[in-house]
Amino acid sequence: MTICNDMTLAAIEPDAGLAAALKLDRAGVIGEIRRSGMKGRGGAGFPTGVKWNLAAAAQGDRKFIVCNADEGEPGTFKDRVILTEWPGRVFEGMTIAGYAVGATEGILYLRGEYAYLRHGLEQCLAKRREEHLLGNDICGKTGFGFDVRIHMGAGAYVCGEETALIESLEGRRGEARNRPPFPVNTGLGGMPTIVNNVETFAWATAILARGADWFKAIGTEQSTGPKMLSVSGDVERPGVYEFPLGTPIREVLRAAGGEDAKAVVVGGASGQCVPANRFARTVSYEDVATGGAVIVFGPGRNMLDVAENFLEFFVDESCGQCTPCRIGNVKLLEGVRRLKRGECSTQQLRELRALGETMRVASKCGLGQSSPNAFLSIIEHFRREIPSRVPVTVEA
Amino acid sequence: MRQQDPPPAGTGHAPVRRPSQATDVPHGGDLIGALVSVTIDDHTVKVPVGTTILDAARRVGVHIPTLCHHDDLCVAGVCRVCVVEVEGQRTLQASCAYPITQPTTVRTHTRQVRQARRHIIDLLLSEHAGECTTCFRNGNCELQALAKEYGVDSFRFGRPDRPRHKVDRSSHAVVRDMNKCVLCRRCVRTCIDLQEVGVLEAVGRGEATTIATYLDKPLAEMICINCGQCINRCPTGALRANDPTDEVWAAIDDPTKHVVIQTAPSPRAGIGEEFGLEPGTPMTWEMNTALRRCGFDKVFDTNFTADLTIIEEGTELVLRLHKNLVQGDSSLPLPQFTSCSPGWIKYVEHFYPQYLPHVSTCKSPQQMFGALIKTWYAQLHGIDPAGIVSVALMPCSAKKFECNRPEMCDSGYKDVDYGLTTRELAQMIREAGIHLTEMPRSDFDDPFGTASGSGVIFGATGGVMEAALRSVIEFVTGKKVEDFYAHADIVPVRGFEGCRHAEVQIPKEVGPVPGLIRHLVPDWNWLKGATLKVGVVHGTANARKVMEDIKAGGPFSQCHFIEFMACPGGCLGGGGQPIPTGPAIRAARARAIYAEDAAYGEAGKARKSHDNPAVLRLYQEFLTDGPCGHKSHHLLHTHYTPRGKYIG
Amino acid sequence: MLSTQQEQRVAEIDAIIERHGRSRSALIPILQDVQRRHDAIGDFAMQAIADRLGIHPVEVYGVVTFYAFLNEDCRGRFVIRLCRTISCDLAGRDAVANQLRNDLGIEFGGTTADGRFTLEWANCIGMCDQGPALLVNDQVFTHVTPEKVHDILSACTRAFGLHGAQEVQVR
Repeated sequence: MTICNDMTLAAIEPDAGLAAALKLDRAGVIGEIRRSGMKGRGGAGFPTGVKWNLAAAAQGDRKFIVCNADEGEPGTFKDRVILTEWPGRVFEGMTIAGYAVGATEGILYLRGEYAYLRHGLEQCLAKRREEHLLGNDICGKTGFGFDVRIHMGAGAYVCGEETALIESLEGRRGEARNRPPFPVNTGLGGMPTIVNNVETFAWATAILARGADWFKAIGTEQSTGPKMLSVSGDVERPGVYEFPLGTPIREVLRAAGGEDAKAVVVGGASGQCVPANRFARTVSYEDVATGGAVIVFGPGRNMLDVAENFLEFFVDESCGQCTPCRIGNVKLLEGVRRLKRGECSTQQLRELRALGETMRVASKCGLGQSSPNAFLSIIEHFRREIPSRVPVTVEA
Repeated sequence: MRQQDPPPAGTGHAPVRRPSQATDVPHGGDLIGALVSVTIDDHTVKVPVGTTILDAARRVGVHIPTLCHHDDLCVAGVCRVCVVEVEGQRTLQASCAYPITQPTTVRTHTRQVRQARRHIIDLLLSEHAGECTTCFRNGNCELQALAKEYGVDSFRFGRPDRPRHKVDRSSHAVVRDMNKCVLCRRCVRTCIDLQEVGVLEAVGRGEATTIATYLDKPLAEMICINCGQCINRCPTGALRANDPTDEVWAAIDDPTKHVVIQTAPSPRAGIGEEFGLEPGTPMTWEMNTALRRCGFDKVFDTNFTADLTIIEEGTELVLRLHKNLVQGDSSLPLPQFTSCSPGWIKYVEHFYPQYLPHVSTCKSPQQMFGALIKTWYAQLHGIDPAGIVSVALMPCSAKKFECNRPEMCDSGYKDVDYGLTTRELAQMIREAGIHLTEMPRSDFDDPFGTASGSGVIFGATGGVMEAALRSVIEFVTGKKVEDFYAHADIVPVRGFEGCRHAEVQIPKEVGPVPGLIRHLVPDWNWLKGATLKVGVVHGTANARKVMEDIKAGGPFSQCHFIEFMACPGGCLGGGGQPIPTGPAIRAARARAIYAEDAAYGEAGKARKSHDNPAVLRLYQEFLTDGPCGHKSHHLLHTHYTPRGKYIG
Repeated sequence: MLSTQQEQRVAEIDAIIERHGRSRSALIPILQDVQRRHDAIGDFAMQAIADRLGIHPVEVYGVVTFYAFLNEDCRGRFVIRLCRTISCDLAGRDAVANQLRNDLGIEFGGTTADGRFTLEWANCIGMCDQGPALLVNDQVFTHVTPEKVHDILSACTRAFGLHGAQEVQVR
């Protein structure tokens, strides 16, 4: 069982959000989401209301609401908990989104690793159909139809990137598309498509149920609302914790029992490493942004091992399309291994950092762009650990 | 994982790979045709909404390096070499894939851009196993050129210490060396999207991604049609044609061998490019001299058998029409499909085997020539055919497969021993120290001599059809083509549109049946006032469209005769032609071909296949039972193999 | 009427395709169903599916090789995927990995000679709070210790021989 602290979602009255939404017109629903200031909970932090508004304005014979349940970021598992405990709030949020943008089809893209969740989710969907919360004339609202089907992923981290996810839904290799065009205009089957994270839909439900003002009152001005964090690694009580955005990292560590940590990596393999002397930094879009992963490293851990583990991950999980990501990660991994063996020259280290910078700006999608983050921040913050391993001489 | 910047309102659409994604018109029709201002470095220009940064940059003369981009192919945006800074964007953008939809400011060579491009080139080189000095693309390699452009002076990220992939030499046509592959996926886009053959695809993921065939099987076991279009679009030496120049040199060096070469029309229009000339500079007569200086004993013009093909295939068409329309016998069905393109033949054998009865039984001009060289020519000159080495200079990689088909031995020997591409001949010419462009001009050798203008235009899409129509019109009406089409230019079948239709109205008055085929059809009365419907198709993706149309009983099923060419643009765009290729290059080659045809007219030479004196002599002296007669059937016609698309 | 094995497979594949619809977007669900029935997708099925969906076999192959959970070749009845990502690594994945190697007598990427077990690495499976974690087919096991490896494997062995994918009961 996953340890959790007090969860707002547990207290949200089922289907109050949907009922409230159906009392408003479409623009009203989108207005409420916009007013809440909620940004996407998957990590990119794009304002949800703006996304919905674009999709609502886009022309298309069909529109799609896709729930991104391809929770593959290392160290992230809060979506699993949400889908286990409150799947109804997620489907409710998708239904609200469908109403808001004029979509009738919802798809939950569930990662292959979570196949064991499918049965429960299907049951939840069946129950909602029985209760007229899905299907035609939802809640008696004539003309509003919406349903959700579950599409199983097949083991590819990159499908968490929304355009790769859409490619996968279309039966192709999960390779990110060029953007623009963006999915809100040209998504699944060329139709306007909203792709939001599991947690985003759940909070959308909560916003409609409790009002944008309630949501806005939580968190900071730029990072409104609560956020679920997956805390793992060297802590006494790993689990899912809900905190208002803007909470200092130290407080998260206190709750989970990891105050003696030497560093945390916030945002998983694609996130950044924060050393102990910066634990006053906050989990928020304006400071340390995250899709929810907080991985904690105790005093005895070697941060180069961490970088190596992450880069092994990216070498395998890169879709292999674009040069900076496909080969860049291989070169960073080789570099980290050289560093570990004490065989990396200062010049080579400088090259690796510059390469990381290039990968950030020149990769095709978010995966490649964020893949060097952990490496770069570990090199930056743990220089003192590393130079001792680097011979001073510069190779010819 | 972080995602990219927020989508701006009113986003436009880049032309991208998937039909679902892309080619559709931008939503919000008010934008269509509108102009938008873009500033690239110091140049400001207005471009239509949706223009890519790369296209806009080309328009103002700003050079942006590219690698995965190709003018013939849909956008990939994968190599990232063309990245630029776009004001307001957090990350660099691939200029080939970024559509300009609002006023945009672009910088193409900032420090960040230069560093990124250099990194990307260094990364590609770190995986590129192959020495430039031993590569056939040395001097014509896009990766090499990029390395030069960016001053690469070391392997910053290392280089492979050993090859990781076995070179696949199984195919007669295409050799794949994945050690040199940079995963630009041009071959994939060529094979799946442009040609719709579907042999090559990206497989695996991450570091393990490669371009592979189905189950990584040898190319020879694939449904590959050998068109070689992938070779023409490969930026490096990862794909090349199976090169027989060593064997050809050995034959030339062997005094006991009589080495003859036939040369197709397209190589002449293209070979100049190998020697630094502008595309579309014809080299016909200079090349003849160069071939002799290389050591070929005789230089023949494949156009001779192109003309012969017109007579044979035209006769076959007349017979089919007569059978179907007069005798009500549909055992040889209509429409008749042309058979000159070996890529197209293998395509039908794999994908539409049930339609093989529609394919003309005529061999391609190359194979007709092969059969005649080792029979008629050997007989005329008293040469033992066993000592003849017959080489064919072709714009084509599929011709290499064709000449190795087991059934192509009707002369009693292998009819054509080696197929040589334009590129390979250029290499031989360089190796012989010959400066092609400075060669004196010389004619083709007898007995085949110079062919007609109709033979020449076989090189361009629509050319076979135009040549056939010239003869059919004159045969049936007894009048000159010029009476119907100025200068005998049958313009409706020309051009580069993928699938085209034309109709020829047979007048109410017909002429007498010419002597050559009088024994086959008694008169033309049954064709009086008829409408001859023809189609012209190039590129197998278009061929698929037409075949599906025929299957569905669409307009192409009503045609009587359809010309199919596997390669975009026809043979002038063949897989053996100089690299690079592109729409402009192919158009220039086409101009050279049509100019040569016109020049035949101006010089008073034959422009119609049935006026070719050597062809007429052949029927008088050798194929005495006439077109589609017994002897002709034995030597000039063939049969096909229904292969199906199951990969065993 | 008797039918050949091949005809039966075609009928099976056709039934699966009809269930999901003859469109490219159904490709991955089709492949998943075919794999569930046969432990692997295989050459014949890939070509048959490509034919029905009007795509090229190499495109199906490209998709199958892209996704970690799709296999073109035969795997064991039980595919054990041990998470190798950071939190499970910190929690002691190496000891579990060694125990699995020793008990099964195979390396990662291998299949036991009796065809019962395939051992693979998985990237993060979302059980970071309960690592080390592994998947046995679709089932997840958490807080795995070297001692527990034995229990999991013997539970698999007990379930082996029954039809289809059995729930593995660890006592």
